[in-house]
Formats: sequence, structure tokens, C-alpha cells
Amino acid sequence: MSDSTAIAHGAHAEAEAHEAHPAFLRHHFENVEQQADAAGFAMWLFLLTEVMFFGGLFTAYLIYRNWYYPAFVAASHQLDIFWGTLNTLLLISSSFTMAMGVWCAETRKKKGLVLCLVLTFILGIGFLGIKTIEYSEKIEKHHVPGFHYSLQSFLDPDSDPAAKAAGDKPLPLDMARHTEVYFSLYFVMTGMHAAHMIIGIAILGFMIFRARAGAYTAGHVTFVENFGLYWHFVDIIWIFLFPLLYLISRHANT
Amino acid sequence: MTDQKEMEEAQHHVVSPAIYVVVFLALLVFTGLTVGASYIEMGIFNPIAAIAIACIKAVIVVLFFMHVKYSSKLTKLTVFCGIFTFLTLIGMTLADYISRAWGQW
Repeated sequence: MSDSTAIAHGAHAEAEAHEAHPAFLRHHFENVEQQADAAGFAMWLFLLTEVMFFGGLFTAYLIYRNWYYPAFVAASHQLDIFWGTLNTLLLISSSFTMAMGVWCAETRKKKGLVLCLVLTFILGIGFLGIKTIEYSEKIEKHHVPGFHYSLQSFLDPDSDPAAKAAGDKPLPLDMARHTEVYFSLYFVMTGMHAAHMIIGIAILGFMIFRARAGAYTAGHVTFVENFGLYWHFVDIIWIFLFPLLYLISRHANT
Repeated sequence: MTDQKEMEEAQHHVVSPAIYVVVFLALLVFTGLTVGASYIEMGIFNPIAAIAIACIKAVIVVLFFMHVKYSSKLTKLTVFCGIFTFLTLIGMTLADYISRAWGQW
């Protein structure tokens, strides 16, 4: 039945149509599928703006890495592959539990949904915890860009265990200064990613609350589904950040 | 008639957990691969391998975790257009940086 026939039949028919549809169907949509499609479409448009946002940072990284290649290689040796890999595993696992959560919501399994959301929540917190360990290491070594930035690891690599292990040679002063550009990009990119994680975790907390009340297991799964899209998107950003920041300069010693 | 067909196309597809498990395992394997590859000296192919694996992982996530494989044509077109625009912008930026100094040395 289309809107026009409903209008033609007048107020009485409209009242009847009111009873026929589920409570969560908004009146400007024809049916539940159309409403879900519109919400998914809008979510994707939002994610595309996010792609452009992070894309700009990735492009900046690409260009600066080409300009200041030796500095970027030496600076990336300061990151610990172990923590990076562990974080990748945590995030992939959280994406998996989130996907399972969406499935639980679709098949109306309330306990399963709450469990999946809680697991996703914990894994997300775990990711941020490891990020904290990594950041504090950078702060201790004065690798945070700014007034207290230290070039010691790059001018005298033998004094730094990580640089020594990677076999770094001392950089000339002007090139060593460009390691600050690497760390600026490192902190902006991982920081913006972490900010998205924090927002996601906050929404997860809210969703756990609502899921326990049975909000998403009565047929209306749009919110869980769209949050799933957001969470997977954040995962994809990390899938690119991890190799670019941690991995690709392992062997590139100049 | 067409209404009926459109309805079916837009109908919600529930992806089974078995697919999620396979995708999860594939992502773990690719993560292992990319870390392993970074320990092998391959010269210029180190970053190429790393980014290629990252792209494969991203595509898997988009298609299955994000349900694009099972979504409406509108969603598929939206995702494709977004990625296409993004790559175009990166391509034009890089073309600028590569060619800026041409003929000046």
C-alpha cells in the first residue's frame, strides 16, 4: 500500500494503517526495509566523510615519508612491533565480536548481544590501554613533538636500545630534526584513531545498558547495525595505520 | 511487479556466524603474514606487500563484516563512489608533488 491511497481513504484508513506497522517505523517511510536502507545509506555517507578525513592524514604521511625518508625510517624504529601486533589482534577480535553482536541482534538473542557488546567494550579498552603504554614510552624518551623534543635517539643511535637493535646510523642534524614530523603524524593519526575508539567505547557503554533492557532484540536493529559499521571502519583505519607506522620501515636502513 | 522485486532485493540479509568466523580467521592469518613479511628483506617490495595485505584485509572487512556484499545496489554504489573519489584525490595530489619540479633542474 502506498501513501497516496492511504491519504485518499482519509483519516479512518490512516488510523488502521497505524496499527498495521511496528512502532519503530517512522511515518515518512513506506516500510521497515526502506527505513533500514535509508539509515544504512546515511551511515555510509558519514563514513565516507571519515574516509576523506583520515585520507588527508594518510596522504600527508605518504608525501612526508618520501621527502624525509631517512628520518621516517629511523623514527619508525622507535615503535614496538610487539605492541602494534597485539593491538591489531585486539582490534580485529573486537570487530569480530561486534559482527557477532549484530548477528545476535538480528536473530533476537538478548544474552548473546549483551555478551558480544561487553566483549567488544573490553577489547576496545584493552586497545587503549596498550596505546597508553606506548604513548608513555614516547613521553619518557621525549619523542613527543614540542619544546621538550629530544633528538638523542637519532643523533646518537647507540645510546638508544631500540635504535641500536635496528642498526640505525647517526643522522645528520637537519635530517634528525625531521623525525619530529614523523612523530607529529604518528600522534595525530593514532590520536585521532584513539579518539574514535573512545567515542565508540562510550556509545558501546550506552548500548550495553539499552541492550540489557531488550531495546535491540525486538526487530529494530538499525542502531546496533550502524554502530557496527562505525566500529569496523575504525578497525579498517588501524589495519592501514599498523603497517604504515610500524612495519614498512623495518629493513629500510640507509 | 517491479515493486515486489525491489522489496526482495532490499530485504534484510542475515549473515551467518560461520562466515564471520572464516573472515575472522582470514584476518588473523593476514595479520600474521604482514608481520612476518616485514621481517624479510624485500627492498621496495616491503611497503608494497604491507599495503597490498592491508587492502585485502580492508576489502574483506567491508564486504563481510560491513555487509556490503549483501547490501542494496545503492549502498554498493555509495561505497564504490567514495573509494573512487578518495583514490582520485590522492592520485591528483601525488601527481602534483611528483611533477612540480619537472624541467627545473
